[in-house]
Amino acid sequence: MPDTLLRLDELSIAFDDAVVVDRLSLEIRRGETLALVGESGSGKSVSALGAMNLLPANARVEGGRWLGDTDLTRLKRRDWQALRGARVGFVFQEPMTSLNPLHTVAKQIGETLRLHQGLSGKSARARARELLIQVKLPRPDELLDAWPHQLSGGQRQRVMIAMAIANDPELLIADEPTTALDVTVQKEILALLAELRDRHGMGMLFITHDLNLVRRHADRVCVLYEGREQETGPVEEVFRSPGSDYTRLLLDAEPRGRPVALATRQPLLEADRLSVAFQRPRRLFAPRPAPFVAVQPLSLTLARGETLGIVGESGSGKTTLALALLRLATSEGEIRFGEARLDRLTGNDLRQQRRRLQVVFQDPYGSLSPRLPVAEVISEGLRFHYPELDEAEVVRRVQASLAEVGLPLDCASRYPHEFSGGQRQRIAVARAIILEPEVVVLDEPTSALDRTVQKQLVELLRDLQRRRGLSYLFISHDLAVIRAMAHRVMVLKEGEVVEQGDCLEVLGRPRTDYTRALVEAAGLSAFVAASPDT
Amino acid sequence: MALAFSSKLSPIARRRLSVFRHNRRAWVSLWIFLALFGLSLAAELIANDKPLVMRIDGAWYAPLLVDYPETEFGGFLPTRTDYHDPFIQARIDERGWALWPPIPFSYQTLDMQMMQPSPAPPDGRHWLGTDDQGRDVLARVIYGFRLSVAFALVLTAGSLVMGVFIGGVQGYFGGKTDLIGQRLTEIWSGLPVLFLLIILASFVQPGFWWLLGIMLLFSWLGLVDVVRAEFLRARNLEYVRAAKAMGLTPRLIMWRHVLPNAMVATLTFIPFLFTGAITTLTALDFLGFGLPPGSPSLGELVAQGKNNLHAPWLGITAFVSLSLMLSLLVFIGEGLRDAFDPRHIQYAAPSAPTPRTPPHA
Repeated sequence: MPDTLLRLDELSIAFDDAVVVDRLSLEIRRGETLALVGESGSGKSVSALGAMNLLPANARVEGGRWLGDTDLTRLKRRDWQALRGARVGFVFQEPMTSLNPLHTVAKQIGETLRLHQGLSGKSARARARELLIQVKLPRPDELLDAWPHQLSGGQRQRVMIAMAIANDPELLIADEPTTALDVTVQKEILALLAELRDRHGMGMLFITHDLNLVRRHADRVCVLYEGREQETGPVEEVFRSPGSDYTRLLLDAEPRGRPVALATRQPLLEADRLSVAFQRPRRLFAPRPAPFVAVQPLSLTLARGETLGIVGESGSGKTTLALALLRLATSEGEIRFGEARLDRLTGNDLRQQRRRLQVVFQDPYGSLSPRLPVAEVISEGLRFHYPELDEAEVVRRVQASLAEVGLPLDCASRYPHEFSGGQRQRIAVARAIILEPEVVVLDEPTSALDRTVQKQLVELLRDLQRRRGLSYLFISHDLAVIRAMAHRVMVLKEGEVVEQGDCLEVLGRPRTDYTRALVEAAGLSAFVAASPDT
Repeated sequence: MALAFSSKLSPIARRRLSVFRHNRRAWVSLWIFLALFGLSLAAELIANDKPLVMRIDGAWYAPLLVDYPETEFGGFLPTRTDYHDPFIQARIDERGWALWPPIPFSYQTLDMQMMQPSPAPPDGRHWLGTDDQGRDVLARVIYGFRLSVAFALVLTAGSLVMGVFIGGVQGYFGGKTDLIGQRLTEIWSGLPVLFLLIILASFVQPGFWWLLGIMLLFSWLGLVDVVRAEFLRARNLEYVRAAKAMGLTPRLIMWRHVLPNAMVATLTFIPFLFTGAITTLTALDFLGFGLPPGSPSLGELVAQGKNNLHAPWLGITAFVSLSLMLSLLVFIGEGLRDAFDPRHIQYAAPSAPTPRTPPHA
């Protein structure tokens, strides 16, 4: 038995005329994890899909590919079908969409068993149950008959893994298996994958953008940039002495530094016993169930020039809280903004106040209207709130705010789709600051961006805060970013405040188990110690 | 400063146009249809029972525009001139000349000089024959085509305005507005349109506008569901939220942010609304509940074809003209639908990947 499991020899992939992977060579041995790292668009997933012949017809794949002794370039379609799922297992990124919503768990796992092992009926079910135990799902008998929508994201990902290892594959390809999951769940899934790899002697190709995970969960790493291999080597070696500029840049991309110190403690935005509850649907002739409380009554204050970080896993009510403060979701309780009682205002009075309270959303692709050129996107609020401004003044202010967020002036006439994620987020920031707001709510502004771009955005936001004395309400699940942005931090869990206080205090010496788990999973401990200005 | 605030064609629209153009069938259909419709708009110049211009005794006459009494040309009665009258024709021939349209019959001209009993088969005088009242079939088809298309155009435009407005309000505000609005539209859509028209026909003579009004009351219902769904989806999009957070009024948000995106689904619906309108009008005319008798209508031609099976040119003409018109519209509609389909865009017009800016170190 050869030791090398998967070997790619100068693999090149091109779509039509655009080359996306350029002469990539790599090897995976049995029982080891090779991490394929790079930013979005670097060709990580495409390489794996291309090696396994899973790309659409307009892709051209060249170069040698071997799985064990099998020359993958010579396989026929039938051979591929026998190979995928049996000798190679896949785990994809989106646990929400990679399971068929119309089949139960037992049926989905059973399908691959039937195709590759010819099992059916009772024996397939027994094997499926065994697999669920292997991936450590609780109550396997019950879950066999569950539908995907009844499972949480982490549970679905475990089902996906069960399907991937159902036929004892030699190679497991995990394409960003934990990106869509919360950090604590992430850790469990990766530990499970490592355990299964050791038990079955599989090789694993682990595709990710997160260097933190690579450091802890991979044996060797291959760094890709724009389809070109930058360097390959054992993890410790690459991390200790990176051989290429790009790797160094990636390693250095963790946002650092701290926001400027506060000048005043006088509260600008205050919320008192603010809570949000959603009415549950009522069944016919049944009493209405108690409303779902997304945010338990909580109080918060935000001073001028201050950043309050809000931290929590998905479903903890972070975004709902932000929407309530913006009066975009109905809520109970008092919201005071300067001298205005925000929760009592309606109609035009509220609209006037909105100028002072702006927002930047998470998704840089969804938050800009695709049909308006950038100049219109940015100037829209200005035209509405200051109808007295003439055209020349509007143009002048648009250009000023474009310059302030570091975008070239010629982008005013272009459309959002021509920009990268980071640039779009800058456009969204420009749209917010052109109204000269006092508070900006930032709802996960960095989480859709690559690390290097994140760092630039964090620096831009801090710079704006220093120049304009802005207050930020900064929502994120990424503690590294929070640490670089926030003065104070508030940890939410299931709509309740678990812990709050000074940012470094909370992250450095968490008082509750929940916060401690978050900090640990984020790999922050080393980071806090390494920071220069604690 | 050349900041483009002006609304030039957005790149998305340009890409769609190019996809539409590459669909040869749709593109050719569109031009054929536009040419036919353009021709039918000039129906008075193509098929008319009056000369376009005449010159008699050195004086110019434009019978197309002015009604001259017969006495003008040496007749005896001060009534409108019948230019097909052999007496008048003889007067014109001896004292000047007249320029006739290619088809010297209008849609309701009864040909008094026929050699055969009507319906008469096609010959040199009537290219597609006559119907059972001795009217020229080709002239009726040309006028009928124009009437059908005009009816469908106005009906589609009207339904679009009503459907988008009602669907948009329901979708954007959601909640109770949506609930009540949906129930009302459901009840409204339960009303039997055909019976209403039949009842109406018993106490007014339904003309073009009457029919249009009645049909308009119901034709917007199909659009409401599409538009409502699009607005429901769009109102939770982040850029709509961002516009709300900016403090824009609902009216402005709906007009600038939601509507342009909802129009994609709506626009692909339009050609099918259009063909639906034509078919309905034809069906009503066929049943006799449509336009007043004597109007040039394709439905009436179908009915004549059915009643005169021994005169196959009636049925064949009706069939060919209707199926040609509807096929063209369906082809155009398919082309539009494909052009607006994002997957199709990627396939038909692969765009070069935008150059990634390298991370600035």
